[in-house]
Amino acid sequence: MTDIASRGYSNPDVLVSTDWVADNLDNAGIRIVESNEDQLLYPSGHIAGAVQVDWAADLNDQLRRDYLNRDGFEALMSRSGISPETTVVFYGDRNNWWACYAYWVFQLFGHSDAKVMDGGRQKWEQEGRELVREVPTYDATNYSAPERNDASVRAFRDDVMAHLEAGGQLVDVRSPQEYSGERLHMPDFPNEGALRGGHIPTAKSIPWARAANPDDGTFKTAAELQEIYLNEQGLSPDGDTIAYCRIGERSSHTWFVLTHLLGFGNVRNYDGSWTEWGNLVNVPIEK
Amino acid sequence: MEGIPQTLADLLDEFSFLDRTERVDYLIEYADQFENVPERIAVRPYPEERRVKRCESQAYVWAEDTDANAQKYYFAVENPQGISAKSFCAILDDTISGAPLEEVLRIPGDVVFDIYGKEISMGKGEGLLGILTSVQLFAREAAGRPRA
Repeated sequence: MTDIASRGYSNPDVLVSTDWVADNLDNAGIRIVESNEDQLLYPSGHIAGAVQVDWAADLNDQLRRDYLNRDGFEALMSRSGISPETTVVFYGDRNNWWACYAYWVFQLFGHSDAKVMDGGRQKWEQEGRELVREVPTYDATNYSAPERNDASVRAFRDDVMAHLEAGGQLVDVRSPQEYSGERLHMPDFPNEGALRGGHIPTAKSIPWARAANPDDGTFKTAAELQEIYLNEQGLSPDGDTIAYCRIGERSSHTWFVLTHLLGFGNVRNYDGSWTEWGNLVNVPIEK
Repeated sequence: MEGIPQTLADLLDEFSFLDRTERVDYLIEYADQFENVPERIAVRPYPEERRVKRCESQAYVWAEDTDANAQKYYFAVENPQGISAKSFCAILDDTISGAPLEEVLRIPGDVVFDIYGKEISMGKGEGLLGILTSVQLFAREAAGRPRA
């Protein structure tokens, strides 16, 4: 894969290479954060010094369907040894899917000094780099976060309805089978069912993982991404865009790509996604 | 869970007393014990018909009759990051290989949530359920064969 700086991204500073991370393992101004789909991966071995942020246990409110509040974020930062000045570098499994999700949640609290390690865990492992089981401990920090600000990067159902009526761009990043309504969810799965299949009208179908190179999990170049999102699907970086999936995690990966790699001006992630829209009464659906 | 293999029932009982950290440690111990299918049974590239549908960790399942009413189950997990899949395969081998087929067939899909917790992602849950379903397909096929 080419050098990050030469790939034409609108904001190349949000990505760092595995080499860069390896060179900065002892840098006290940096905290490496692993975030995975598989909860067993971090404890089975992680980059030395990395802390874990778990999407279910750490980032979600445990009662309401919502993200953690300011107190929760401050407590998470404190125990992770992260101060407002710390550069946070995310990495994880599945093409950095969950790393991008954590990155996005951090933006709700304005922690903008954040980066993603290109290629994530897959590339780090493929390069034969060291993984350790020792869980680091850091001195607690005193992190003062602002109130969570959902307005700029998060969309709620009413926002989506208004966006739809205004002709805004929608991106459905689920699989083609979910987009078409052929596949809904797993029977008996406890959390993530929807009563109706299909997609929000006018949404373009661009499965999230198309943005990554399957061989090493790195992001495709800006030219390759433009070919998919702009030329093939007709999205415009100047138009307001909302991305969604089933519960808002895969779409945070696409949010990251559109916002930082392709420079779209206004992208929001609809985390209610299909598990909300597909259960809402009397909203428009296409198949 | 009545009528499932006793070793699995005992394990589920143990899991019900574990907190999250203990559960994770226990599962990693299982993942560390995972043994890939022996070459006597299968060699790479593994046949597509043995591949577990919807499992993103590229899991494969085989079964070998050990007596008239029991089987030994073998597994491969080709994704090096498939730690949960490896742990589940190791648990299944440990607790249901050699169990009477009718008991294997009685195992409900809920065991995935009993072991991994209800907060497991849907993709991961689907994959693990797929592994159990593949094992049960072998058991069902064997149970339907005429006994010698």
